[in-house]
Amino acid sequence: MNRNEVESIAHLARLAIADEEIAVYVENLSRIIEFVNQLDRADTEGVDPMAHPLHMTQPLREDGVTEADQRELYQQNAPAVQHGLYLVPKVLD
Amino acid sequence: MHEMTVAQAGRAIAARQFGSEELVRHLLERIGRLNPELNAFLTLTEDHALAAARAADACVAAGDGGPLTGVPIAHKDIFCTAGVTTTCGSHMLENFVSPYDATVVERLNAAGTVMLGKTNMDEFAMGSSNETSWFGPVRNPWDTARVPGGSSGGSAAAVAARLVPAATGTDTGGSIRQPAALTGITGIKPTYGRVSRYGMIAFASSLDQAGVLARSAEDAALLLGAMSGHDARDSTSVDAPVPDYAAQLDAPLEGLTVGLVEEFFDEGLEPANAAVVEAALKVLEGLGAKVRRVSLPGIGLSVPTYYVVAPAECSSNLARFDGVRFGYRAAQPRDLEDLYKRSRGEGFGAEVKRRIMTGTYVLSAGYFDAYYLKAQRVRQIIAAGFSEAFESVDVVVGPTTPTPAFEIGSKTHDPVTMYLNDIYTIGVNLAGLPGLSLPCGFVDGLPVGLQIVGRAFDEGRILNVAHRFQRETDWHTRSPGGAFA
Amino acid sequence: MDWETIIGLEIHAQLATKSKIFSGASTAYGAPPNSQACLVDLGYPGVLPVLNGAAVRMAVVFGLATDATVAARSVFARKNYFYPDLPKGYQISQYELPVVHDGRIEIRLDSGERKTIGITRAHLEEDAGKSLHENYQGLSGIDLNRAGTPLLEIVSEPDLRSAKEAVAYMKAIHQLVRYLGICDGNLQEGSFRCDANVSVRPRGRHEFGTRTETKNLNSFRFVERAINHEVERQVDILESGGRVVQETRLYDPDRDETRPMRTKEEANDYRYFPDPDLLPLVVGTDMVDAARASMPELPWVKRDRFVEQYGLSEYDADVLTVSRASADYYEAVVRSGIDPKLAANWVTGELAGALNKAGLDIADSPVDSKSLVQILVRVEDGTISGKLAKDVFEEVWASATSADGTPVSADEVIESKGLRQITDAGAVEAVIREVMAANPQQLEKYRSGKDKLFGFFVGQVMKATGSKANPTLVNDLLKSMLADR
Repeated sequence: MNRNEVESIAHLARLAIADEEIAVYVENLSRIIEFVNQLDRADTEGVDPMAHPLHMTQPLREDGVTEADQRELYQQNAPAVQHGLYLVPKVLD
Repeated sequence: MHEMTVAQAGRAIAARQFGSEELVRHLLERIGRLNPELNAFLTLTEDHALAAARAADACVAAGDGGPLTGVPIAHKDIFCTAGVTTTCGSHMLENFVSPYDATVVERLNAAGTVMLGKTNMDEFAMGSSNETSWFGPVRNPWDTARVPGGSSGGSAAAVAARLVPAATGTDTGGSIRQPAALTGITGIKPTYGRVSRYGMIAFASSLDQAGVLARSAEDAALLLGAMSGHDARDSTSVDAPVPDYAAQLDAPLEGLTVGLVEEFFDEGLEPANAAVVEAALKVLEGLGAKVRRVSLPGIGLSVPTYYVVAPAECSSNLARFDGVRFGYRAAQPRDLEDLYKRSRGEGFGAEVKRRIMTGTYVLSAGYFDAYYLKAQRVRQIIAAGFSEAFESVDVVVGPTTPTPAFEIGSKTHDPVTMYLNDIYTIGVNLAGLPGLSLPCGFVDGLPVGLQIVGRAFDEGRILNVAHRFQRETDWHTRSPGGAFA
Repeated sequence: MDWETIIGLEIHAQLATKSKIFSGASTAYGAPPNSQACLVDLGYPGVLPVLNGAAVRMAVVFGLATDATVAARSVFARKNYFYPDLPKGYQISQYELPVVHDGRIEIRLDSGERKTIGITRAHLEEDAGKSLHENYQGLSGIDLNRAGTPLLEIVSEPDLRSAKEAVAYMKAIHQLVRYLGICDGNLQEGSFRCDANVSVRPRGRHEFGTRTETKNLNSFRFVERAINHEVERQVDILESGGRVVQETRLYDPDRDETRPMRTKEEANDYRYFPDPDLLPLVVGTDMVDAARASMPELPWVKRDRFVEQYGLSEYDADVLTVSRASADYYEAVVRSGIDPKLAANWVTGELAGALNKAGLDIADSPVDSKSLVQILVRVEDGTISGKLAKDVFEEVWASATSADGTPVSADEVIESKGLRQITDAGAVEAVIREVMAANPQQLEKYRSGKDKLFGFFVGQVMKATGSKANPTLVNDLLKSMLADR
């Protein structure tokens, strides 16, 4: 991985990486990617990807309201709330 | 009193030899004295524990108790506990008080266990040494200059040091089995879907499973039985009856076929460890088991496979930590982008960020097929390898780890070196199978673990093999002693 | 240069379930902020999605109604991106394997021409919350009540060739989802939203031009205007030698123009992958059969039947079947024995007018079908004239919408206001004689050939009888009496 790639991945993942640290990430991530590149040598012709160890199918829930309003409890952990709304820096369209 | 196992303590409390409250006080005093050095506990819930202990004692007095009533345990800080800080070993959740209990916590509470506190762990379960915790490393009670393993390092150290008879853990690539091996205790990761993941902070959803760390297979059976079972709140939890694991523990091993994984006896395995494991297999043979070699094709690629799938899933699972509704929020964000980037950049540690970025990379446009899809295909091959092996053997065994506990700081220079600690355990998660580690000897005074893997939902059998081994040997009763006597 | 317009519409229909698609929180509109956002909707650590069966059934019904393929197996995928109204940092949607695909719907244009529009796919996903730009010291407020509401995203093939076709298609889908009872179609409340993908190409060219996506189209009128504006904008660019930029634009109804969205959505790589917390969705024949059995008569089938069964014009049939409520109302009237054409005139005329004026939907009509039948029965049996029936209608309406809301019956109004039609020939003759006597000049002119004055005499007679004289009787008697010398 090169510096540009690391920066664009960090952006996609919304992670601030200080300039001084980028080189370390480039090195570590390159090492990891090199390591996982070993997968290339596997012959996976005709093999389906496994998304789940279970061979189950999705159960369905009955349609009913089972949750009560617990806003106050849930917002105890909120860093910034006003009038019941979570506050964030202004969202522009 | 702190030497008692869960089973013993449960019986003693039921027989009213002593009360849960007395045992709890004893352990809390021990924790107060010994935890500072180990750093195994992050939060102690003393008032809660004493209240629960008294309630348990009342229950016993009324004749309503069960085998776990009043038994003290600890929960890995990855399980949400209502009204109690749940940090996941991270700065991101340092002050997070969960509004609800994880299903595992609910069920163990219902079974009468008494929570003493929350244990330290690798941050967001990402690590094999408990060195990535925001709250500092955990030390191995067998040698405090060494790691206890991870990510359930706090739970393992607490149990090994007899601070608590058992603790919950989670295992995504070996995070219960590996620390159990490095600290000389018994740890089980059940079949994927056996235990509900509701309330267990997600790392890699298709690999994570909750399990137990304790000092015997019997203890693990009791606790696993109480934790297991279908939960409608977890779509991936299996709706199948939970067998009585305790009832199966003493079944004889005559006729049991045991497969020794060839690929595990490679250059990475320390010869001293190999010798200890081989001696353990002789014990099984002595009990009537037939040991033969099996091959697991594809198993050599289990670590790279895991390090594509797990980071991919975690990169998405951790996106909810954005400083908006809970968790760490950067001070004075300039704008929305800054809020996200600095809350996450400052809230997460380096290993977590590495894995998020690795995961983001392997899922990104242009790389998805070559990495993510490819890894999921290899995973299928690995699972098929186990299936095939199980056509000719009942259980599969091998060493749990390539080496005994290593020194704190000795493997942190290179992420990949650290990843290779899970080389024998990871394939089991990829295949979704149950696996446990039990102590089978020592190398230079440090514990060595034997791993036993079973077919899907065959927890009863692997616990049975472990229990029979523990009836013949006493490795599992050894205690670090010294400061932790 | 002759330009051809290519349009594809993406419609998001909120499904009318009581609870959310992945949690048990309510979907009711208008609740206080975040009072209907449970832990799952908030993306709290440790929680997991559980799929609402009603949402699936609604998707299946839509698939059947549009002659589409209902996938036996479909998969939920995560669409990963960061936005404050998206609590988990990913939206659970469907990507490669949607639950419904390859359907079609017929639209009818003003010209009467019919055209079949392809529906590429319809998939299930969860809605996001809302950003409120109330100024909290330069901050935005986020309400997550809407987060987790089930959506059916309906994607058309790029088969639409004009803004009018696009509106016709949007209306057809709107009508259908309301008929099926799967969506209330409330555009103002945002339960039916439309994005338009628009591009142009020189007529005869095979490849598509670069397209833009325009969002925030929450009325049929806006859709038409926005598309027309966008086509004009693109043609202007291309004709002056420029290139259309692929981007997302927002429609601004105040300025009647589209502008690019400031958030760079198009720079996003969504990194879709199957959601590991959800298992593949299997829709079996049982569910499909049950869905088919529960389907109401589809709008176009009902419309054609009305034409056939009631002898109505296509136009009237269209109007009457615009909604199930309207069609059911009409049929209730007809089933009571009222002549279909009379009933049609009244429902599409007088009733529709009153409803429009009051801003009411026919389902909430103060004059229900039984009340209307009472009035029309009296028209058919000659008790009142059609003209006076309108007065009766107004009275009944007024009484039903009055403070105490108890509607009077038609007969009560007729009696109390003395509106009975005069059918006694003798009485009418007497009135005619009086009118003739009172208007000698007109009589003279009529008898000398001014036939047009017949209408004057009709009017005078009606005025003298308070419009109560039976018109046919008046006509017949006037003819003979005016002609007599």
